[in-house]
Amino acid sequence: MSTNSTTWSAAAGEPRALVDLIHEWVTTVDHKRLGLLYIAYALVFLIVGGIEATVLRLQLIRPHNNLVSPQVFNRMFTMHGTTMIFFVVMPMLFGFANYLIPLMIGARDMAFPRLNAFSFWVTAFGGLLLYFSLVGANGLYGAGNAPDVGWFAYAPLTSQTFSLGHSTDFWILALLVSGFGSIGTAINILATILCMRCPGMSLGKMPLFAWLYLVTAALVVLAISPLTAAQIMLLVDRYLGGHFFDTQAGGSAVIWMHFFWIFGHPEVYVLVLPAFAFASEIIPVFSRKPIFGYSVMVAATVAIGFISMSVWAHHMFTVGMGAGANTFFVLSTMAIAVPTGIKIFNWLATMWGGKIEFKTPMLFCVGFLFQFLIAGLTGIMLSCAPFDWQLGSSYFVVAHFHYVIVGGILFATFAAMYYWFPKMTGRMYSERLGQLHFWLFLIGFHLTFDFMHIPGLLGMPRRIYTYEPGRGWDSWNLIVTVGVFFQAAAILVLFVNLLWSYSRGAHAGGDPWDAWTLEWSVPSPPPTYNFASIPTIRSRRPLWDLKHLDDPDWMYEGTR
Amino acid sequence: MNATSIMLRQPVAEQVPSRGRVAMISLIAAESAIFTIFVVAYIFYIGKSLSGPAPQDVLKAPVLYSICLLSSSVTIHFAGKALRQGKAAVFSRWWFATITLGAIFLFGTAREWQRLIYQEGLTVSTNLFGTTYFSLVGLHAFHVIVGLLCLTLVLIFAVLGHVEPKHEYQVELLSLYWHFVDTVWVVVFTVVYIVGR
Repeated sequence: MSTNSTTWSAAAGEPRALVDLIHEWVTTVDHKRLGLLYIAYALVFLIVGGIEATVLRLQLIRPHNNLVSPQVFNRMFTMHGTTMIFFVVMPMLFGFANYLIPLMIGARDMAFPRLNAFSFWVTAFGGLLLYFSLVGANGLYGAGNAPDVGWFAYAPLTSQTFSLGHSTDFWILALLVSGFGSIGTAINILATILCMRCPGMSLGKMPLFAWLYLVTAALVVLAISPLTAAQIMLLVDRYLGGHFFDTQAGGSAVIWMHFFWIFGHPEVYVLVLPAFAFASEIIPVFSRKPIFGYSVMVAATVAIGFISMSVWAHHMFTVGMGAGANTFFVLSTMAIAVPTGIKIFNWLATMWGGKIEFKTPMLFCVGFLFQFLIAGLTGIMLSCAPFDWQLGSSYFVVAHFHYVIVGGILFATFAAMYYWFPKMTGRMYSERLGQLHFWLFLIGFHLTFDFMHIPGLLGMPRRIYTYEPGRGWDSWNLIVTVGVFFQAAAILVLFVNLLWSYSRGAHAGGDPWDAWTLEWSVPSPPPTYNFASIPTIRSRRPLWDLKHLDDPDWMYEGTR
Repeated sequence: MNATSIMLRQPVAEQVPSRGRVAMISLIAAESAIFTIFVVAYIFYIGKSLSGPAPQDVLKAPVLYSICLLSSSVTIHFAGKALRQGKAAVFSRWWFATITLGAIFLFGTAREWQRLIYQEGLTVSTNLFGTTYFSLVGLHAFHVIVGLLCLTLVLIFAVLGHVEPKHEYQVELLSLYWHFVDTVWVVVFTVVYIVGR
């Protein structure tokens, strides 16, 4: 943190005591600082979650490996999943939302700055609580020192009988409190976008970024709450002797699956819609064309928001829900491919005929487009219930959702990090290191996750800590693990780039990309108050209008 | 803007909703989602308990207490109206009536729980009915308590003479929450005392 803060202290012109700096950052309610705190927090947990993934892959590098015990393996995949979803991707997305939404809509801060700070610290506390289980979860029984029930924590594995000690309780509480933080931030985003837009910025003139986050925030409100409810029920079961998920007393284990996935599937769209938001801002700028089909993009986003709430049980085809439910969820899951496909075509149409500049952010966006397409295609394969019966809970599924989260969301997030790094720090990143990061990560990603599909097709189940030799899985697993080293090297390059460019990078100026949205109209990094005077805008690309007075956008879109 | 902009009409200032209202409505949406899950669980588990006591044996519909809670929505409405008209004393009286009615309802829940626990022997861990009943009604009672705390805070300010017509906005947000708590009770009452019995 202290390195980040030097920008502000340098601007102030006098050296500051470290304790003052820390105090400033801890008590801040400024949306930009909270945004940076979110992102820094997510990056720390990215390393932690990455180390856990590396342990998992090293264990599986060859059959009959015993690098870690089965118990540790269970803890590792539980912590890896929980960390990556709740304490890497979510805070990362909220970080960008916090930093950019007020700047993009011409506001001086979020609607509720103190709620904003509260949400961040509650989320941060949730992450610490999860990891405190490593030392604090022994409890009375001395059993288990980290959650080991899997990230979706199916009943009855989470009951007192099967989950001794307090590790599961740490998991529940960590998700509960970080859920409060997420709901708080989502409410803040909704109020900010709906009420704080600058004069002239009607809903139809907002950057697509704001539209996508509007739908994301609505989904968070409606999707995280069921998880909160389910976690309360689980606490009632574990602490008050309730029977919600206790099959011995007539309770149902399947209803936990329903409750979890009613949260879990919209959550996928909570994570991916911000990735769409990044792509929708970056692709037009580096193609030197306005986004193709703005209104259709908005419509597709809202459609995805609605449909995503009615697809959850495709995670449960293997449970045996009956033909009626299966058919419904097969069809609704396939239906969501339509608006998603529309988006992909619109991004391609934006690039089509454009003067494309393959800078690092654009490279990551192109990677995102390609990999998200593949992820969607394997998703459609899995949405077929009979196909899912064969491959559910296999490495094929693991490869599929990592294609979504790493190949889609993480690639888009890297694009966003490079694209907005000059805005956030005032310095340019090193293009050479950025490209090195891209190619290393691309190679690592494809080595790991392309080849992970194959042992899945050959019947390798997920969450096994080792396997017998001679089933045809050996060499695939070796290749998959080799890919991890490339990815780790790429992440190292990213961190070197961020840290080096932060102090040594060339000065970026306000608008290094010749971009069109309002955040590029202010200096980098923006002053605390963002805008000296609140701007008035007349089109979706206010900076284009400013730069091309003879041919402004509002001549074409403004009067409609 | 340059000269050409005169040719087109200037952007019209858009009517934006107040952020407090948006936030409260979003919060209510989130809370509704939480209650939905609990209500679904309650309905799903009706008649699935493996042992007694059953709802039809021990539950009595708290009609009077429910009327109290629902009428507190009316009194809070009149309180807001009085504040808008600048009648601070009338506001305090209606506001106090709201708190009293809410407290009576809470007392009713407490009495019912005491009877169920000590006379009927029904607790959270007795059977599925106990688990779902105490969770759902308890979740609602928790919201009543939070509401009452907020209402009492406003009453203290009112008694000290700090509530003025300009605070109508904050008072309105709080009444929005209170109406929500009452509306949820209509659902809970229907599910627990009519459908589930």
